[in-house]
Amino acid sequence: MAHAEIDFGKASRAALKDPQLRANFRRAMDGLMSKRAAQFADSAEWHAMRALGASVRLRALSKLPELLEKLEETCTRNGITVHWASTTDEANAIVLEIMLRVNAKLAVKGKSMVSEEMHLNAFLEKHGIEALEADLGEYIVQLDQEMPSHIIMPAIHKNTKQIAQLFREKIKEAEYTEDVAQLTDLARRVLRKKFMNADVGISGVNAAVAETGTLCLVENEGNGRMVTTVPPVHIALMGLEKVVEKLEDVPPVLSLLTRSATAQPITTYVNMITTPRKHGEKDGPREIHLVILDNGRSKIYADEELRHTLRCIRCGACMNHCPVYTRVGGHAYQAPYPGPIGKILIPQIEGLGTRGAMPHACTMCNACVEICPVQIPIANLMNRLREEAVHPGPAVKDAGAQASKAEALVWKGWAATFSSPTAYRMATTVLSAVGNAAPASLPLLKEWTSVRVKPRFAGRTLHDLARDRGIPDA
Amino acid sequence: MPDARSSILASLRASRDAHPVETVASDFTVLREKRWEPAERLERVKRMMEAVHTEFVDATEQDWPAVVQAVLREAGAKTLLYAPATDAGARLESGWAEGGPELVRYDRPVDEFKEEMFTGIDAGITQTLGAIADTGSLVLWPGADEPRLLSLVPHIHIALLKADALYDTFWQVMTENRWAEGMPTNALLISGPSKTADIEQTLAYGVHGPKRLIVVVIH
Amino acid sequence: MTNSRPSTVYFFGTCLVDLFYPQAGMAGIELLQREGIRVVFPQGQSCCGQPAYNSGYKDEALKVARAQLALFTADWPVVVPSGSCAGMMKTHWPDLFKGTPEEARATAVAGRVFELTQFLVNVLDVSLTDKGEPVRVTWHASCHAQREMGVRDEPKALLRQLANVELVELKREKECCGFGGTFAVRHPEISAAMVEDKVADIEGTGARAVVSGDCGCLMNINGALEAGKKPVQGKHIAEFLLERTHGTR
Repeated sequence: MAHAEIDFGKASRAALKDPQLRANFRRAMDGLMSKRAAQFADSAEWHAMRALGASVRLRALSKLPELLEKLEETCTRNGITVHWASTTDEANAIVLEIMLRVNAKLAVKGKSMVSEEMHLNAFLEKHGIEALEADLGEYIVQLDQEMPSHIIMPAIHKNTKQIAQLFREKIKEAEYTEDVAQLTDLARRVLRKKFMNADVGISGVNAAVAETGTLCLVENEGNGRMVTTVPPVHIALMGLEKVVEKLEDVPPVLSLLTRSATAQPITTYVNMITTPRKHGEKDGPREIHLVILDNGRSKIYADEELRHTLRCIRCGACMNHCPVYTRVGGHAYQAPYPGPIGKILIPQIEGLGTRGAMPHACTMCNACVEICPVQIPIANLMNRLREEAVHPGPAVKDAGAQASKAEALVWKGWAATFSSPTAYRMATTVLSAVGNAAPASLPLLKEWTSVRVKPRFAGRTLHDLARDRGIPDA
Repeated sequence: MPDARSSILASLRASRDAHPVETVASDFTVLREKRWEPAERLERVKRMMEAVHTEFVDATEQDWPAVVQAVLREAGAKTLLYAPATDAGARLESGWAEGGPELVRYDRPVDEFKEEMFTGIDAGITQTLGAIADTGSLVLWPGADEPRLLSLVPHIHIALLKADALYDTFWQVMTENRWAEGMPTNALLISGPSKTADIEQTLAYGVHGPKRLIVVVIH
Repeated sequence: MTNSRPSTVYFFGTCLVDLFYPQAGMAGIELLQREGIRVVFPQGQSCCGQPAYNSGYKDEALKVARAQLALFTADWPVVVPSGSCAGMMKTHWPDLFKGTPEEARATAVAGRVFELTQFLVNVLDVSLTDKGEPVRVTWHASCHAQREMGVRDEPKALLRQLANVELVELKREKECCGFGGTFAVRHPEISAAMVEDKVADIEGTGARAVVSGDCGCLMNINGALEAGKKPVQGKHIAEFLLERTHGTR
């Protein structure tokens, strides 16, 4: 069943024309890149750490079914209720059931990209439950009814003035101020009341430890600790790939994560949750639920090459270094995960029918490959998805959806010409002679010549010059 | 109709059995080799934490309650929430002088006084298990005696750090102390007062967690 | 790092050089010959296969790559005046030929592929004397040269040998110019934005020429420079080095 293709081209063209957006992202990405570089200034340490990070993630993936079973076992023993969801619909239903059972009217949320995949907030709202984002960046985009534009810094597309105006408009008690400290203090006051009164706290999971049944969360603001400690019920949402085998696997993963994501040696808080409130303890949730979500990940896991997408620790460094993301921003992708990881993950989750453009929104510059803390071969996976897009097959959802007889013929013709020295020589002779007469308005040339002059065919090829000069052939 | 759990596990198992995931051995040398001289550790902890607005004061085993009291008076704090069931709590009580701030006991479930904790408490005090030099982080294991919210809800968090309870790395403290054999309800690393850079990447302190983190180093 | 010095090398010109920048290819050959290396240019060569490979047509790419592989019968190094094409051969041919009868041969040849400046610096340790007038230039580091071939300082080391050449670095030397092969026509506006930024960066250096090791980048950058009627010119490093050293040591 074909769905309307999500028009990345249109969205990116609109973004390119927005000078404020361009300036915001250029400045933000430059800053993030240089700060990250400072964190990994010791080249030997960087290489050792990313090798260790990759090994931890690969080991977890190699035992994924066993580790998920073990995680369930240890969590259950700890008093954490474990739920499994094949689809986001199932996950939403699980969350709703818990909410209804405890008569929840207000949920406060720590940042969770999985919850964005689920469109959880909209779903809960439909059922009369308010889901309030407590991470400041998420709170900002929620106020403006937008999606986050970056997985680590959700409001990165906004500058201070825009946020000041938003707060004035949307928060009752707000006076107009562009002072960042005052804006922050306002958010603190508003959200503090909510933490106190919320019925349920919802969080993501940065790493779930199978060995001990521990959920690890990193954050700077304190909202994560608030939502996982104050309300009587805590629901943690995780993609099934987020499990690690041992507790000792956590420090290298978190170190790579925080240094790559926000260029910090560590976040303000590292929060490791193992049980609900025990007898005699005076705070903490009475119920903790862990929802393990599939949503296409088990299909990704099935492919030997594409499964490396699942190494991702969601640091966002790839998008910080992506020259395409820097220019179009996160919203152009219209997905919870933008940038390079988005371009390989989203087409696999949502299919190459609606998302066929994504793997091509890439120059293969490999900047992301260079800085991925767990050595995901992003460019190779991007290329594989380009192949899947034009060849029907079982590996990826809607594979072949972008197949075009015309394009296939072009490449067949190209292969026939370029694999035959005689045909190649004929073709290049013709091109050298008449290629420059091609009008700039031809398809493909038209796109090129919008900002460049036509490429100029030389009168004689290198083959000709080499022959003239007597360069030996063998 | 198989449930989600069965179908997910069956699918993963079949995939992995058909195509095992190639692994590489995990080499923790890079973490093991992150060591500092004992004398350097405290200096590094202070430097890293002060860089993110943590405040440090020195004290001795004898005078720390007085030091805490002085710090809080200067901060204008009217109330201090503390855990009476801990050693530090007992010492605090006995070492506390007249004239405020008022000591408030955290000896009952938060549900019984939540509004007061959120709106009527200026500071909270906790012990720590130590600090980590690599990242500039305090290690906390809250529990029945010393509840979690002490270091989160009050606007000022006072953390007691024994000057010799210092570790090199997060990995070291958890492996040497065999955390994997028994994790508490909640284990925390705290590396500064709460902060955010979500507004145009400009750092702002005191978002949802404490606005001030004051470490009392007990020599 | 110095590899042992071979007596003969294959020169793989690349299709872009063949059609649009044959002078750059010839300059590369001359630079090698000048060092006493016997350069062999198999006339049967065409393309490394990258255009099809990056469009998702791996079978077609393999067909063309196979035809190239057949030409490299001797175990001489293969020198390529393009980081992008060298990268295709070195890092992707082993995958492309996986499971085929030629897999071992392709992997062996891939192991002998050098980007031109890498070869000049790390294998031949060339020494250059500048005969030209003072000039300010800047260097654009192509993505695949850096990230697939591991080219780091070699090109700039060559430029720094030229006494009358003032090398001013770009603010964002390592950032992609926006060519990306078919990307330039699939996402022309994003590509345009990227090349415009690169042009602004180049202009900001005050350089009279921008030197690069990749003709894809050059076609892109030069195309934009000319369209914008900018006085700056883009040149392939092989041509630039040969001109500056006037064809003598």
